[in-house]
Amino acid sequence: MTERSLTDMAGLAARHRAEKRFRWYGIIAITISLGFLAVMVVSIGSRGIGAFSQTRIALSIHFDEAIVDPLGKRNTAELSRSNTNALIRASLNELFGQVQLPSERRALYALVSIGGAYELQAALEKRPNLVGQTKTMWLTASDDVDIFVKKGINPALDPALRRLKPNQISWLESLQQQGQLQRKFNTSFFTNGDSREPEMAGFLGALVGSALSLLVCFAISFPIGVLSAVYLQEYAKKGRLSRIIEVNINNLAAVPSIVFGLLGLFIFINILHLPRSTPLVGGLVLALMTLPTIIIASRAALRAVPPSIREAAIGLGASKTQTTFHHVVPLAMPGMLTGTIIGMAQALGETAPLLMIGMVAFVVDIPTGILETATSLPVQIFLWADSPERAFVERTAAAIMVLLSFLVVMNLAAVLLRRRLERRW
Amino acid sequence: MKKPKKKSDVVENVMTVRNVDVFYGSNHAVKDVSLDIRKNQITALIGPSGCGKSTLLRCLNRMNDNIEICKITGEVKYDGQDIYDKNVDVVALRARIGMVFQKPNPFPKSIYDNVAYGPRIHRLAENKQQLDDIVENSLKKAGLFAEVADRLADPGTGLSGGQQQRLCIARAIAVEPEVILMDEPCSALDPIATAVIEELMEDMRLNYSIVIVTHSMQQAARISQRTAFFHMGELVEQGATSKIFTLPKDERTKSYITGRIG
Ligand SMILES: Nc1ncnc2c1ncn2[C@@H]1O[C@H](COP(=O)(O)OP(=O)(O)O)[C@@H](O)[C@H]1O
Ligand SMILES: [Mg+2]
Repeated sequence: MTERSLTDMAGLAARHRAEKRFRWYGIIAITISLGFLAVMVVSIGSRGIGAFSQTRIALSIHFDEAIVDPLGKRNTAELSRSNTNALIRASLNELFGQVQLPSERRALYALVSIGGAYELQAALEKRPNLVGQTKTMWLTASDDVDIFVKKGINPALDPALRRLKPNQISWLESLQQQGQLQRKFNTSFFTNGDSREPEMAGFLGALVGSALSLLVCFAISFPIGVLSAVYLQEYAKKGRLSRIIEVNINNLAAVPSIVFGLLGLFIFINILHLPRSTPLVGGLVLALMTLPTIIIASRAALRAVPPSIREAAIGLGASKTQTTFHHVVPLAMPGMLTGTIIGMAQALGETAPLLMIGMVAFVVDIPTGILETATSLPVQIFLWADSPERAFVERTAAAIMVLLSFLVVMNLAAVLLRRRLERRW
Repeated sequence: MKKPKKKSDVVENVMTVRNVDVFYGSNHAVKDVSLDIRKNQITALIGPSGCGKSTLLRCLNRMNDNIEICKITGEVKYDGQDIYDKNVDVVALRARIGMVFQKPNPFPKSIYDNVAYGPRIHRLAENKQQLDDIVENSLKKAGLFAEVADRLADPGTGLSGGQQQRLCIARAIAVEPEVILMDEPCSALDPIATAVIEELMEDMRLNYSIVIVTHSMQQAARISQRTAFFHMGELVEQGATSKIFTLPKDERTKSYITGRIG
């Protein structure tokens, strides 16, 4: 071996070993965290997947004119309020003619969700010429039927404690044999607001509520956050005051969100008398919460703009404001937007501050404006998770899937936006 | 027989610096400096690193205003006006006294927009055609037009280092300054790009007065008519470049140009 070998050196083997070891640590750490993620996605997915299908019962419905339109006016408004329940009962009575006892009849009627009547009303409203005809309609089954079809019956459970009585089960089995009981894609889960009946509950109301709140949050926090950051970073004299402000902003970012909820309740509702439970107030509270995040991220983005760009502009005779808004802010924009979207993604998942300002209300209608009562996705998840009906379990998981998808879409948007803005040069 | 003085021979100062001191906090970076900047000449500021050349240069168009800890006393006059007078608008001042920096710093915009930015903010063009002309002329004066004529819309940051520096010169020229300050404009460039820029400066001298900071004595000797030698914040010696390099009066200047300090 020569004095200056290129292949062997003191400590070389140990160094190679150390590097290999370190790579392994990294791989193990990533595997563990991906493993947790996979477990979460699989467990939520397997639990929530059921909510995307819904059991329906096919009934031959005679749209009796005497019941739904006794005056024969075919007025859609009145048709949409007609007594379609009676139609369903008539159809069930015909199908199971042997059932006579009133209590048994009630059990029979309970197989179909009360949503079935709404579905018929909606069908009549859309097509008034149905009156007088007889048609097979797939009506939403009640949540107990839905669970029976999806999970079967638990043989270990005492029959007296079962949600479905033996006679109900036998009726269902006969329906199943006739092919009149089927799982179908659950459109109403995507198009409905909340409901006391799990089989009729959908997440659209909560989704729209969340989207509207985020819109308000963005409209308020983005301009204010960016302007504050620009002022603090580019204009403010670096002194004791600016240091105090900086420390306080960092502190604000760590304040528990419920405190912002209380602040919002006090300022927006008690003092300003804005309507409670609305996306307007929700968005304002979320904006309070998101502001520190946006300011911190925006300041970091501004700091990252090379000073040579500022000098170039100033050397050409650009004023401070021209330099800032023509050169510095556009260059910092991708970073600012990323920070904003991260802040908004946090806001999307917030529940506590929204509970404080009353966005926990039970809201059936899909909100169409920021001044209407609304709820939000995480609050909806909280409400469903808190409901006793078993059918809400899968809806809770499904709503979590929707929330996570919303988050993924937002983060993807952040990445794409950033790429687009950065790729310009 | 005495030759009658031609107009261009008349010694005319475009800027005068009198008893200027600059402090960064407690660091006395420039000490009691008095200097004349001649019209249509190249004045070179030389001296070892950290002796205050850049600091003094930046005083000439008040670039130090933005550094909070920087304090300046003394008098700097441009065209007979005190540029530190509180009524002077720095924006107007910097439009008359442009600057080119050590590291080429084009904006991350197109070549066209880089040059057009100054004229736009100073409203030098009334329409698109005029602006196009200004951009073209400035690029021509900076000796860059032939190289970029067919790709004015490409990003300025995509040019080579030497081209970027000439783009920065074109950008400075576009606002029609009278004085151009250059802080080691060639230190980040290779010898060929440096030669191109030195040649360019020789042409520019006809229209502008140039102050250049350089750490290269050869460069100062090649291109400048006047040289000022700085040492530890003091202006040791100033005069015609030929004199300074052949007959330095001060011992420190002698040591520096013969390579003993620096
Ligand atoms: N922005 C600044 N803040 C504080 N001190 C500075 C700053 N710029 C320069 N100095 C100090 O001023 C002195 C002169 O620097 P400079 O003018 O850059 O020297 P040169 O350009 O001759 O190398 C040095 O001591 C340097 O540390
Ligand atoms: Mg320097």
